[in-house]
Amino acid sequence: MKAVSQESAEVTGSTAAKGSKRVTQGGVLLGIGLAMLATMLIVTIFAPFIAPFDPSATSPDSLAAASARHWLGTDSIGRDVLSRLIVGGRTTLLITITAVFIALVGGLVLGLLSGYLGGFVDDAIMRVLDVVFAFPVLLLAIAVVAALGPTVPNLILTIAIVYTPAMARVVRAPVLSVKQWDHVEAARSIGMSEFRLVLRHILPIVVSPILVATSLTLSQTIFTVTALSFLGLGPPPPDPNWGGMLSEARQFMELAPLTVIGPAAAIVFATLTFIVLANGLREVLDVGSSR
Amino acid sequence: MIGTAPLLSVSNLTASVTTRRETIQAVRGIFFDIGANEAVGFVGESGCGKSVTAKALMRLSPEGASVTLGGKVGFMGQDLLARSEVEMRALRGRRIAMVFQDPMTSLNPVMSIAAQMGDMLRHHLGLSGKAARERCADLLDQVGIPDAARRLDDHPHQFSGGMRQRVMIAMAISCEPDLLIADEPTTALDVTVQAQILRLLLRLKEERGMALMLITHDFGVVAGMVDRVNVMYRGEIVEAGAIETVFAAPRHGYTRALLDAVPRLQSAGQTR
Repeated sequence: MKAVSQESAEVTGSTAAKGSKRVTQGGVLLGIGLAMLATMLIVTIFAPFIAPFDPSATSPDSLAAASARHWLGTDSIGRDVLSRLIVGGRTTLLITITAVFIALVGGLVLGLLSGYLGGFVDDAIMRVLDVVFAFPVLLLAIAVVAALGPTVPNLILTIAIVYTPAMARVVRAPVLSVKQWDHVEAARSIGMSEFRLVLRHILPIVVSPILVATSLTLSQTIFTVTALSFLGLGPPPPDPNWGGMLSEARQFMELAPLTVIGPAAAIVFATLTFIVLANGLREVLDVGSSR
Repeated sequence: MIGTAPLLSVSNLTASVTTRRETIQAVRGIFFDIGANEAVGFVGESGCGKSVTAKALMRLSPEGASVTLGGKVGFMGQDLLARSEVEMRALRGRRIAMVFQDPMTSLNPVMSIAAQMGDMLRHHLGLSGKAARERCADLLDQVGIPDAARRLDDHPHQFSGGMRQRVMIAMAISCEPDLLIADEPTTALDVTVQAQILRLLLRLKEERGMALMLITHDFGVVAGMVDRVNVMYRGEIVEAGAIETVFAAPRHGYTRALLDAVPRLQSAGQTR
């Protein structure tokens, strides 16, 4: 009886210690980042239910100022800007997230192969990636989209190609050092296969910098996607997307500033979300400092 | 012993280590035997080839270097140097297991103890789930970790150096190997813990009837631990014999130098 009460006292003591754990700056950043991401994802996923109007429906009421009916006014052919923003986010974010996911998978495979095997394989992979890396991102993206045609799958593929080398480098660098750690050799000495060795004993340790890099790449990719759309290389109209909206509204900037400010704000919000998230992750996961 | 082949019989083993810069002849044709349930010490200074020898027995090479082996490593009637990589994988940890020098870095920092030991039990013995956990707890208990069952899900950073070395030893003996190689198992530990770990190794060797290959640079460590000792210098075995003989009458100058290097309590008294 006495032992039990002592034990429960110990347990409550440890939970109290956990509860009063100091909230760090990184924790706050991460919280804000996650909240922003959640907002963005909810709006995007439920876009058709949230948008007050059909984003493609025109009306004679063109270039209207903000009103109770149209919160952000209407564009040059009378479509509701807010509705187009909400639905347009779908295209932009779909391209961004899918492309970065592919780049992440490609980067993981190439980076792990390169870092773990080393030698000739490493040299071969890194030199090929260096060639891709040497081009300015936007220039390469424009060239590929222009050659393949501006469809959504092509945009995704292009952006994935453009960002794969950066991801591969982020993966490779820590693998180079972690593979020399003693526990890897210890795992080899118990008869573990090389494949499982990489998955169980190397990948989990290098996952933090990869998470941070993925989040940063997402923010850059949003920028690239909207820039391509702005230049007319985005998904074809009439489906709305942020870059395309910005491009269309540009000519009427003085008459209806909200048509420009709206998509611009959306782009900034999305970019900022991933930057805040990346910084929060960096602080919380302690990336950059040695263990 | 006479008439039966020893557990391990190494003849004319050579190892040259190639790094990006150079090739070093690390082991230059050595011969030795280790019998079942025998403890054999390997003593020598850093870089004399004792660790390369140990790794050669398991066909492991240091990271960033490739090792070319020559000679013959007879183990349980087969030549290990002629085995395929897949066959070696089945043997590593199962028949020959190794305890490394630095327990602080030899465990995966992001995996729990049970997960790391479980991998090995699944790989070699096909144990998983509850059976594996019970086996882990039992093994940790055998190596003297208090409250073993409750520490299974702890991570390496929650253990002290000595306790981690005990975990490493528990892992090494988990599949009942025939030969346990301990490569400087106590170098990274403080002196009182050293004695405990050595006693533990000796006890497990006796209980399980396995052979023990103990590698160290410290004659003080092998004394009272091993039956026979091999002294290595520059990739060669310069002196071999029963531990008492080597201690009482070292024949090679290098052995004498190594023995003189062991600090003694009474020599401090004599100089006074």
